[in-house]
Amino acid sequence: MTVERGRTTGLVGESGAGKSTLAKVVLGLVPVVEGTVGFDGAEISGLPAVRRRALGARLQAVYQDPLSSLNPSYSVFWSLAEPLRARGISDRSEIAARVGATLEAVGIESDSRDRRPHEFSGGQLQRICIARAIITSPELVILDEAVSALDLSVQAQILNLLRDLQAQRSLSYLFISHDIAVVRHCCHDVTVLYQGQVMEAGDTVEVTDSPAHPYTHALLQASPVANPVAQRKRQLPAPTVAAPVPTGRSSGCVYAPRCPFAVPECHRRRPQLREIAAGRTVACHRYPEWTEGSTTSRVAYTPAQRL
Amino acid sequence: MGAAAFVFLLALVAVGALAEHIAPYPLGKQDLQNVLSGPSRTHWLGSDVLGRDLLSQLLYGIGPSLVATFEALVVFLVIGTTFGIVAGYKVGAVDAAISRVVELVQSIPAIIIILVVLGVFPSSVLAAMVALGVLASAGLVRVVRGSTLSVREELFVIAARVSGVGPARIMRTHVLRRILGPMLAQASVFAGLTLVVQAALSYLGLLSSSAHPTWGGMIGDASRVLSRSTWPLFPPGAAISLTVLAFGALGDALRDLVADRAVTATRRTVQPATAAPVDGADAPAPPASDALLEVRDLSVVHAGAAGPVSLVTDVSLSIYQRETVALVGESGCGKSLTALAVLGLLPPGLRASARHLHFDGARLDPGVQDTYRAVRGRDIGYVSQHALASLDPTHTVGSHLREVIRRHEPMSRRAAAIRGVELLEQVKFAEPEQVMVVYPHELSGGMAQRANIALAIAGRPKLLIADEPTTALDVTLQAEILALLRHLKNSTELGILLITHDWGVVADMADRVVVMYAGEVVEQADTDMAFTHPRFPYTLALMSANPSTADHGSKLPTVAGRVPPPGSWPVGCRFADRCPHETDECSAGKLALEVADTGSLTRCVRAGSLLAAGALPR
Amino acid sequence: MAFLPGDAAVSLVGRNATEEQLKQVREDLGLEQPVWAQYGQWLEGAVRGDLGNSMINRQPVTAQLNGRLAPSMSLIVGATLIATTLGVAIGILGAQRGRIGRVIDSGSIGGLAVPDFWLGLVLIVLFAVHLGWFPPTGYVRWNEGVGPWMRSVALPIATLSVPATAILARQTREAMSTALSKEYVRTLRAAGIGECSILFRHGLRNAAIPVVTVVGLVFIGSLGGTVAVESVFAIPGLGSTAVHATATRDLPLIQGVVVYFTLIVIVVNLLVDLAYRYLDPRLQSATATDGAFANSGAAP
Repeated sequence: MTVERGRTTGLVGESGAGKSTLAKVVLGLVPVVEGTVGFDGAEISGLPAVRRRALGARLQAVYQDPLSSLNPSYSVFWSLAEPLRARGISDRSEIAARVGATLEAVGIESDSRDRRPHEFSGGQLQRICIARAIITSPELVILDEAVSALDLSVQAQILNLLRDLQAQRSLSYLFISHDIAVVRHCCHDVTVLYQGQVMEAGDTVEVTDSPAHPYTHALLQASPVANPVAQRKRQLPAPTVAAPVPTGRSSGCVYAPRCPFAVPECHRRRPQLREIAAGRTVACHRYPEWTEGSTTSRVAYTPAQRL
Repeated sequence: MGAAAFVFLLALVAVGALAEHIAPYPLGKQDLQNVLSGPSRTHWLGSDVLGRDLLSQLLYGIGPSLVATFEALVVFLVIGTTFGIVAGYKVGAVDAAISRVVELVQSIPAIIIILVVLGVFPSSVLAAMVALGVLASAGLVRVVRGSTLSVREELFVIAARVSGVGPARIMRTHVLRRILGPMLAQASVFAGLTLVVQAALSYLGLLSSSAHPTWGGMIGDASRVLSRSTWPLFPPGAAISLTVLAFGALGDALRDLVADRAVTATRRTVQPATAAPVDGADAPAPPASDALLEVRDLSVVHAGAAGPVSLVTDVSLSIYQRETVALVGESGCGKSLTALAVLGLLPPGLRASARHLHFDGARLDPGVQDTYRAVRGRDIGYVSQHALASLDPTHTVGSHLREVIRRHEPMSRRAAAIRGVELLEQVKFAEPEQVMVVYPHELSGGMAQRANIALAIAGRPKLLIADEPTTALDVTLQAEILALLRHLKNSTELGILLITHDWGVVADMADRVVVMYAGEVVEQADTDMAFTHPRFPYTLALMSANPSTADHGSKLPTVAGRVPPPGSWPVGCRFADRCPHETDECSAGKLALEVADTGSLTRCVRAGSLLAAGALPR
Repeated sequence: MAFLPGDAAVSLVGRNATEEQLKQVREDLGLEQPVWAQYGQWLEGAVRGDLGNSMINRQPVTAQLNGRLAPSMSLIVGATLIATTLGVAIGILGAQRGRIGRVIDSGSIGGLAVPDFWLGLVLIVLFAVHLGWFPPTGYVRWNEGVGPWMRSVALPIATLSVPATAILARQTREAMSTALSKEYVRTLRAAGIGECSILFRHGLRNAAIPVVTVVGLVFIGSLGGTVAVESVFAIPGLGSTAVHATATRDLPLIQGVVVYFTLIVIVVNLLVDLAYRYLDPRLQSATATDGAFANSGAAP
């Protein structure tokens, strides 16, 4: 998968899909077993620790839980200054100026910079974490479920903030989320993961309007929309039976055991990612046949009529 | 307590250092006129068999003891910290090797190894203390390793690593700061231990028996004359116990000092509630009698140190048979507390009161547990958010089910087992017999939630209270659980109180919606009305902030600020501070729920004028 | 070992012995050989179950120590049983109400601060010297009469039980409070399960897992405690033997006690492990079922 400059690429999937592992690989926190990670044209997987550390200024991250992302023993100022000091910036006035400017950019009054994390609300803390991530003017920020723990009204505020920052600073985001509705709203491109495998990728609106992979379709169907009339048509008609899903390595498609469209071929051979349109890839043997039987997918996720 | 211990120990050190100057008698001075005397004017703490003054002996014993303690402490700290940090930071083979050695050292009583050392270096205090320091440091290694390991995995350390902060700096700034507290606590407790060991060894006569008195040696002397006098036993024993106690208290205080920081991290600033007089005049019409659950003016109060704080204020709602009512709101608005108060299961420290709380005609009193006995599990089932944590890990699914079934319908174990399988079939397990014998940890999150639902309906309830039942689940599992709940509602005439923050789930499940904000109900409406014609500005704001219904890439309309925490709720409309349509009348006084044009109930005093102005959808 | 200031040969023939006498004794004991050779020989024997002979009375170490096992085990097992019964009961009580909990906490700190040997002496003063209920010192073998045997071990067992009970009461209280604050307790209450079942069937069952570990630690702690307590009460057990051997520098005998202690510790740890496996189903089935139902978990 790729993250284009100045764009937001979504990475969506359920637990166990390997979203966060991928983030750790990109950030160099876990070693790469196979394959490569390229950044700005250069390979960064397998770099020696010292050179990897130097990339810290250009590659940053924001996590799901803002309170545990900040050391409770230190002030906000200290936490924000840490990445600058790691860059070798030790001039006090420069640090103070940059901390102040960045806090202002994320909408935190800079006179609260000497307070400790527990004195802020969740939304404010996430703003502070974003400030720490952008203070070194990175090119790529990984947002690992960065809005998942927030309440709806605060989530909207943070999503807007991220959108504004991207426009001002031409940031690229890798937006990791389990919530396909949020991904649909704020990402330009999306990659759908299932058990560590890419199911499909492409332009977000295209992928969510006409999914090419049955898993994407299932994910969209399961995600409820806040419109009772539309949702009643989309809900599961009857309860499904809970049967253990066989795990363990198979040579076939990882989604085949749950896929309603699976044929014997799917259990035997793992489908390769193939291009089906410009910038649009899918890993499914049954595409496009399966879509013909289920036209619902096309009407299902058109955003509910505005209120 | 900790401060007193600290002062006591400081005084002890000072007295020990000045023993020669303040002791009433010189070292070893015998007073054969007063042998084995009790406390007297000449000998404040009495004298021993040779007429030596016990107080002086005690004072002379302090210095050498503390020096020995210091020696042991140095060894303990140096070895414990070094190996602990190395093991915690260098996970892998190094850690495994250190941990093995630690286990080995910790498993054998230290005292016997010290005896071996004393067998080789007879009567050497230094050897004994070094051995004790080495042996006991295993415990410190463990503690330091644990702290280091957990700090390593903290998000803020990962964030620092991502920022390119080197390992040495992370150690200095994040790790050391964290392990300091546990380390000092351990060291303090260990210091007490060294005193006990020294005393025991001197008592056993295994340390140098020079003329210099030791506390343990004094006990040894006393033990040889027990038949003549028992008094000399007590001053040294009390001295040791007190000192050890002081070290222990200091250790506890140091530990709490560190723990405090973690507590403040979650503590919210709570201010006293403004006592709102119960006023019957603005209450809605008296309850219809055919409702399954009827709640009027339910309040929950936290009895804090700074006075009671209101967490839920005057919530009223009713649920009918075969109806799903969604209780919606953001975190901290009191939805879960409302549900727990209805069940009488509030956590300790919280008190509920209600003007009117009836279930199926019977009155429930949140203050009296007995009124719930007949209802819980039998008439009202409960499903919580944390599917796995809601099941006892030491019991199988079948064991849970059998216990609940037999609690409500006396029957044989075998009959209960058959009923249990039925219940598991009802929640659509493919292999119910197999699930019966499985322990909770063998279930996935979705399966565990099905098991919880089976447990909740085991008493054939009429009402199910489901507190965020799908929030912790993946969306595909959520859809399955929601479909199951819908199916149960239709097949067993179940009424459901569904607590959620997710408007998608509301749209999927609810017949009626009750919206909560800052501890009170702000709007109540039929589901379709709530979505299309909200009559409270907060509801409208939430609808438009929802990315699932917003246009792709658009800027989401938001309201500034956040939900005010309990204790800082304004007198009038609690949403007024954030509301774009706020006027003076909003904050004038306590507001009542009014019937809006759509038949919904709203607490917005300006609903009518906002509707006319087009600020609320017509 | 000649470099050491004073050795077993000295304790054997006395300080006034001539150089020849000492040399003779040292040769007999094998003390003239280098340390590593002595240790090698000892280890070789130990593997075969031969722990060598005492330097003082030349008796085989194993024969001597086997005779000392029964008194020590009487004390340790007795103390562990009493401490477990009392400590768990107090701990459950303390988990119920706030004030009792605080009393237990301070009581347990006190129980741990008092040195065991001193406590033993105080008990002798109280129950033997003043009241005359128990013999002050000495050990009666149980086959010489169960009554006298019990009277002879009562005070030492009481001495060892005090710190053990303190530890167990505190740990049980903590484990019970933790177990009772778990979410499943709320679920069970909501399902109508009675307080009695919640306390014992669920609370105690879950608290038992950490408490069993503490029982093992208390047993091993009492083992260490015998060193001083047996000396106080003149009980001919492993602990008092170790003290005596240290005083006379009888290294083979001390080493023998260490070996016995180690074996006891290994057995206890094994028992704790078994109990753990029985109490915690998560350990039983970790390998057995391989989580047949446990795929695809919760959202992050």
